[in-house]
Amino acid sequence: MLNIPIKDYFRETRIFNSRLSFTAVIVLLLCLTLLVRLVHLQVVSHTHYATLSQDNRINPVPIPPVRGMILDTNGVVLAQNYPAFTLEITPDQVDDMGALLGQLGGIIQLNETDLENFRKLLRTRPSFESLPLRTRLSDEEAARIAIQRPHLQGVELHARLQRHYPLGELGIHFVGYVGRINDEEMETINTSAYRGTQHIGKLGVERSYEDVLLGRVGIKSAVINAHGRGIGALEDQRIAPVAGKNIYLNIDAGMQALAENELGERRGAVVAMNPINGAILTFASTPTYDPNPFVNGIDVESYDALLENPDKPLINRALNGQYAPGSTIKPFLGLAALETGVFDTKERINCQGSFTLPGTSHRFRDWKKKGHGRMDLHDAIVQSCDVYFYNLAVGLGIDAMTDFLSRFGLGRKTGIDLLLESSGLVPSPEWKQSQPDGEPWYLGETVVTGIGQGPFLVTPLQLVSAVSVLANEGVRMRPRIVRATEDPITHELRDNVPEAATQIILSNEHNLDLIVQSMADVVHGEGGTGRRIGWDAKYKIAGKTGTAQVISIGQEETYDAETTPERLRDHALFIAFAPVDSPQLAVAVIVENGGGGSVAAAPIARKILDFYLLKRDKQGPARQVRGG
Amino acid sequence: MISLQHWHIDKPLLIGLILLSCISLLVLYSASLQAAAIPLGQLARLAIGFGVMLAVAQIRPEHLKRWSPYIFAIGLLLLLVVLAVGADTKGAQRWLNLGLFKFQPSEIMKLGVPMMTAWYLARQNLPPRSLQIGGAILIVLIPSYLIALQPDLGTALLITGSGVFVIFLAGMNWFTVIGLLALAGTAVPLVWTYLMHEYQRQRVLMLFDPTLDPLGAGYHTIQSMIAVGSGGFFGKGWLNGSQARLDFLPESSTDFIFAVFAEEFGLIGIVVLFSLYVFVVLRGLFIAFYAQETYARLLAGSLTLTFFLYFFVNIGMVTGILPVVGVPLPIISYGGSSIVTLMAAFGILMSIHTHRRIAQA
Repeated sequence: MLNIPIKDYFRETRIFNSRLSFTAVIVLLLCLTLLVRLVHLQVVSHTHYATLSQDNRINPVPIPPVRGMILDTNGVVLAQNYPAFTLEITPDQVDDMGALLGQLGGIIQLNETDLENFRKLLRTRPSFESLPLRTRLSDEEAARIAIQRPHLQGVELHARLQRHYPLGELGIHFVGYVGRINDEEMETINTSAYRGTQHIGKLGVERSYEDVLLGRVGIKSAVINAHGRGIGALEDQRIAPVAGKNIYLNIDAGMQALAENELGERRGAVVAMNPINGAILTFASTPTYDPNPFVNGIDVESYDALLENPDKPLINRALNGQYAPGSTIKPFLGLAALETGVFDTKERINCQGSFTLPGTSHRFRDWKKKGHGRMDLHDAIVQSCDVYFYNLAVGLGIDAMTDFLSRFGLGRKTGIDLLLESSGLVPSPEWKQSQPDGEPWYLGETVVTGIGQGPFLVTPLQLVSAVSVLANEGVRMRPRIVRATEDPITHELRDNVPEAATQIILSNEHNLDLIVQSMADVVHGEGGTGRRIGWDAKYKIAGKTGTAQVISIGQEETYDAETTPERLRDHALFIAFAPVDSPQLAVAVIVENGGGGSVAAAPIARKILDFYLLKRDKQGPARQVRGG
Repeated sequence: MISLQHWHIDKPLLIGLILLSCISLLVLYSASLQAAAIPLGQLARLAIGFGVMLAVAQIRPEHLKRWSPYIFAIGLLLLLVVLAVGADTKGAQRWLNLGLFKFQPSEIMKLGVPMMTAWYLARQNLPPRSLQIGGAILIVLIPSYLIALQPDLGTALLITGSGVFVIFLAGMNWFTVIGLLALAGTAVPLVWTYLMHEYQRQRVLMLFDPTLDPLGAGYHTIQSMIAVGSGGFFGKGWLNGSQARLDFLPESSTDFIFAVFAEEFGLIGIVVLFSLYVFVVLRGLFIAFYAQETYARLLAGSLTLTFFLYFFVNIGMVTGILPVVGVPLPIISYGGSSIVTLMAAFGILMSIHTHRRIAQA
């Protein structure tokens, strides 16, 4: 006990004791503060609070606001609310849950999914909360429950508004869906705004425009009697909820349905945009899926089936699908060459089917084995000559290409009004060196970038945005899914105003004209790769086909679509705008493993353009909407 | 009769705690609308708590001192495990499921942090030099930060408090005290502007202005103030508090139990209750005052002051002068593992007071 180190024990004790006395005084002072507060509450303001307590027969209850609707540009409803009876159970008030569920199962139909979802809620939610067992009861079922209610302790029927997507699968990838608020969201939302609301936008417009759609919660003052039972409501103490705003999209549901039908069973994406104002008219990604089961929690099996589906329906290919642009990149690189003047576009290049860098043996092949012959820039775009663009790429250099392509918005987010957009990738030496293995950039990579291959990645949305720049004299508009929001009471519309994102200043207007003319000849000219859709068109289309390799072909091999397994076949791409003289619509189409762009992708673009430029005005809007 | 001293029990503390426990059972019976389950559950927890207190009181303070770093290390390890598991399930995680029962590692730290801080500072001459203060602050802030990550801000702040009490009692220079306060004062606006998300700011604002959320936290405060105020001087009488009866008062058995007490027993009852708490706190400070060894007195002082901090924050919250932060009223509130920790702390106080080096006269 004497192994205490030598300390100035007296000084230590003196300090400690003075500190302790100090805290004792503080403790007493703080107690006094509390007492003063309590005297104030219980003696000075006693009468005030006693009156409040007497009158305290009023319990504030939240009134959830009505969520705004989502409609297409012509007013076709894509998301709405309808009243439905929901059967809810408050676990606290139930003695024997098993027996109660059995009893309910005898009155109405309960399937395994309902029970499983309910058990999940039972485990995760507080037991005093009213938990839904079954939603969307029929009137008859509701009546049967109502009759039995006196024998069903803890069971309640609520008439609640249910979110419903009448067109089902149509446009799921931009409409999105709502679902129950989960724990993670609970952490980040303003909980006071969600009192009485159990759903929140999870995806698409439902999520991106959550603030607009939600509305503001109201408060109802429920009057209760001395036993605490509700006996009515005080109208004068009611704060009305404010309904969420309706959202009108730029999307044309008819065109959307056409695009989804044209893609059919194939995987792919179609995006159509008005190049002048950035309005997105079609935003299709296939396969699609039905959002309705997600509203009240999709069951595990159905969700797993969606997740494990090899066609990956949950992926939004228009927004997040990243593909090599292939030959669709050629008009942009052609403009780059004209604008920078580094590469001599006047001189013709003789294409003999392959290209070799000086001092190397690797042959970069042209898709046309025997070559295109003597090519200038115009011909090289029209016939999609790879060898010309290998030369152009080397002449231009990777830095100039990267810089110019970025100005078209490639390799970066377009700024569309949907969350979680992918940015794609325009490869560059800086990018490559920042990768984990830190490999240097090789000239061969510059060569393949010239035909849109290599690690080059773009999204269908970026492609339509880029081709719109050509159609809109160098101005890139920010793509917009939403056209306007509408106050549901006054019907006052507030437009989502078009805004320019970037502008490419051209040194010479003729450069752009030459590229557009080349693209028009792709579709209408002699030897054009897109002639298949041009010969009978009633208006002039400027387009460019593309084919993106999924597998690389060895030096001595040849690619044969017939013998290649479907999943390894090339992706088909097509970008276009029309009419050439006064562009009204730009389209980008990608068909995964579809083979050549002219065969698989271009005809879809033609149908979309026809619909917009010819049929739409005559037939009136939204004729081809699929039923829900 | 076997003397209480023989069992290392401090009679005044024991009496104070038993009286508080009785009040707890009475109020809980009323708050739970005469359902027996809640007071019985509380009785069981209190029984376990008193058992733990008795057991801890038998341990000599020297042993506690020697174990301090290990207890702290184990607590720290468990906090990291909890965070790792939490990160795995992508959700808030405070509990460690040990199969038979679940427990919160932050409970260990309620004792571990003051023990470790006292152990660390008592190794050298006091008052501590700046280097030691720096070390002690690290000992306090690392576990507090881990707990704040869980996220359990209330507990993190209280544990920080328990460590800060030790440093203060050890005799940290007054200039340093004021300097650190000033530093914290300047840090607040910086954190507010640069480190917090908009929704986090909203929540903090809501703490200070309950009317921003009349259906949530604001509702709690308004209803509890009505309960307390309507109790008046004499109270409405046991089992007669209408606020709790009619279910206006949320969480009437846990964080807002004091409102039930105030409504039913009035200012008179409150004075009695306060006297009991002050008595327990002063007894704890007395034990610290007469403790014979630096470690023991620092620990005793800190544990007592932390107990008072709980009391003060809870009453302040119920009477609407402090934001609603979810701190229970010690011993009276219906609550799980925290009662055991609390009683273990009193066990430590008793141990310190009853294991004296000089033979008893």
